[in-house]
Amino acid sequence: MMFELCIPEILGGKCIPSTALFGQLLIGLINGSFYALLSLGLAVIFGMLNIINFTHGAQYMLGAFCAFVLLQTTGLGYWPALIIAPIVVGIFGMIIERTMLQWLYKLDHLYGLLLTFGLALIIEGMARNKYGSAGLPYTMPDSLRGGQNLGFMFLPNYRAWVIFASLSVCLGTWFVIERTRLGAYLRAATENPNLVRAFGINVPRMITLTYGFGVGLAAFAGVMAAPIYNVSPQMGSELIIVVFAVVVIGGMGSILGAVITGFGLGVIEGLTKVFFPEASNTVIFVIMAIVLLVRPAGLFGRRA
Amino acid sequence: MKSKFALAAFAAVFACGTAQAQQINVKIGVLSDMSSLYADIGGPGSTAAAKMAIADFQKTNPNVKVELISGDHQNKPDIGSQLANQWFDVEKVDMVIDTPNSGVALAVSQVANQKNKLFIVSGAAASDLTGPKCNANTIHWTYDTWMLANGTGTAIVKTGGDSWFFLTSDYAFGHALERDTMAAVEKAGGKVVGKVRHPLNTNDFSSFLLQAQSSKAKVIGLANAGGDTINSIKQAAEFGIVKGGQSLAGLLVFASDVAALGLPTAQGLILTETWYWDMTDANREWTKRWQQERAGKFPTMIHAGVYAGISHYLKAAVALKGNVSDGKAVAEQMKATPTDDPLFGKGSIRPDGRKVHPAYLLEVKKPAESKYPGDFYKVRATIPADQAFRPLKDGGCSLVSG
Repeated sequence: MMFELCIPEILGGKCIPSTALFGQLLIGLINGSFYALLSLGLAVIFGMLNIINFTHGAQYMLGAFCAFVLLQTTGLGYWPALIIAPIVVGIFGMIIERTMLQWLYKLDHLYGLLLTFGLALIIEGMARNKYGSAGLPYTMPDSLRGGQNLGFMFLPNYRAWVIFASLSVCLGTWFVIERTRLGAYLRAATENPNLVRAFGINVPRMITLTYGFGVGLAAFAGVMAAPIYNVSPQMGSELIIVVFAVVVIGGMGSILGAVITGFGLGVIEGLTKVFFPEASNTVIFVIMAIVLLVRPAGLFGRRA
Repeated sequence: MKSKFALAAFAAVFACGTAQAQQINVKIGVLSDMSSLYADIGGPGSTAAAKMAIADFQKTNPNVKVELISGDHQNKPDIGSQLANQWFDVEKVDMVIDTPNSGVALAVSQVANQKNKLFIVSGAAASDLTGPKCNANTIHWTYDTWMLANGTGTAIVKTGGDSWFFLTSDYAFGHALERDTMAAVEKAGGKVVGKVRHPLNTNDFSSFLLQAQSSKAKVIGLANAGGDTINSIKQAAEFGIVKGGQSLAGLLVFASDVAALGLPTAQGLILTETWYWDMTDANREWTKRWQQERAGKFPTMIHAGVYAGISHYLKAAVALKGNVSDGKAVAEQMKATPTDDPLFGKGSIRPDGRKVHPAYLLEVKKPAESKYPGDFYKVRATIPADQAFRPLKDGGCSLVSG
């Protein structure tokens, strides 16, 4: 079935055939899965630690850089990097949590935001100093090269893998936090740490591990991005603002909200790239402004 | 008595001589992107090139004292013009150089004109700087969008790539590059079937690439730069654009971009530059010295342009006996004197401020052909200086009479 989709004359009146539209919707979903993966980590950290983790972009960048360094120094390729980089960067995150962040939980959100923002600038500056700003080459693993012709578009195998990996990680995380005993402890510890401690649970260690996990998710997304996006020190700061908008729209701290909003906004951004490409980097912020006016807690926010 | 007089006369002449070689003071500001997507094509590498130019000039002219400052415009025209204002008014800077990002360069060019100072552009590309937006205080040194379009665009149409789709960066530079390339393509007998304008610093190009793919154009012209070009090329490979029979034309690709892509992804790409580090012995020797400050990196034509621009500027400063506060007069002097430096050779600056020299059509080597780090290009053709840039009469610059 072929038909054409057009937008109103006032917005340019551009038309595209339905087959092209399906392709663009799929592309939107794929990009959305990147947003979902990144906003998931942010939502976990905010939900459990009450920290607005502005270092997230830098940690995403560190994940990609870690993959590059592994390949250069030890020859370990994409698949080992997908495991090792999140662990290395996660440990780095836990050191930050133990030495700096843990003193800020009782203070206003602003302190955590300032600290993590400052850390992001330092990490980015150091990476730029060592590797320059143009970027580092990282090639795609041979097993994921090529693609499938779906009739309405050519789907690269790598993008199919991105969508699969991102969905599994998102659902897995949501399941652990919302449906398991460990998740219940975590959620309880955020509500009332003293009471949970009284039950003999080591709350500080659990919080440290949670932060490490959130940071690991960022690094995982970084390794996923390395073969298709330019690996440069500023790769994180370009993305992080959008990801924050995703989290705010979804509702700060809501895990399912972050994931659904991530995919949804990917699609909306994708369609904007077709019909009104000049606005594609502002559309998410327009939506954010509207959502904040109508529902200040975000679409899936728990607290009013 | 007579001999005493002669001695006095000699002393007087000698005094004049020393007075002529008296101290000359100039202050230069390198205004560049120091921390974002263009920091490797200009940035700290431009400052390093500026230092080399000053050191080399002082070897033969020890009486010239040059103070050098540098600043980051963060790719924002307002910050760039604010910094330029402050440099000219408070810091007493005589000349500003470099400034990648055409949006910023066009703003700073206005400031230099208002304050009657000098602006030498090496990093920015928009050909408007010596076209409709030209002024008597701006000199455009290294390259421009017309030259890129003419070099790469014409060459590709001649080899059969006669239908084009553009991915264009949505600001002054991208618009200028798209316009100039469209003109070159159409002049050579090709046609443009579509275009899409994307915001600066876009991460994901798949949506745009899909549009380009379905347009069935033979050539996808990348009217963007830096990280945007790298992302476009990387993702075009992923979406099988080249395998599907379409080819990519990188309209502005620097050596640093090729390094970031890696030869396996970048091989076969055709591009135009005015300077390549591995082309002559003089370039290689200069690169070795430059790398003492920028270890492991390779200089771009922008860095070379900063070096050559400052060298020529300092010659003018000496000829004017250090009276460099009148920017128009310095520009006049620079235009009146033929240029000669180890990197670009002999050349000249036209009345519209355009510096002319040859351009080179280059092709990125296959990984197997590259023998050492930085061995990126094969030279496919040399475009002589009188054909490389837009003819003087076609620019619409008000400084050109008739």
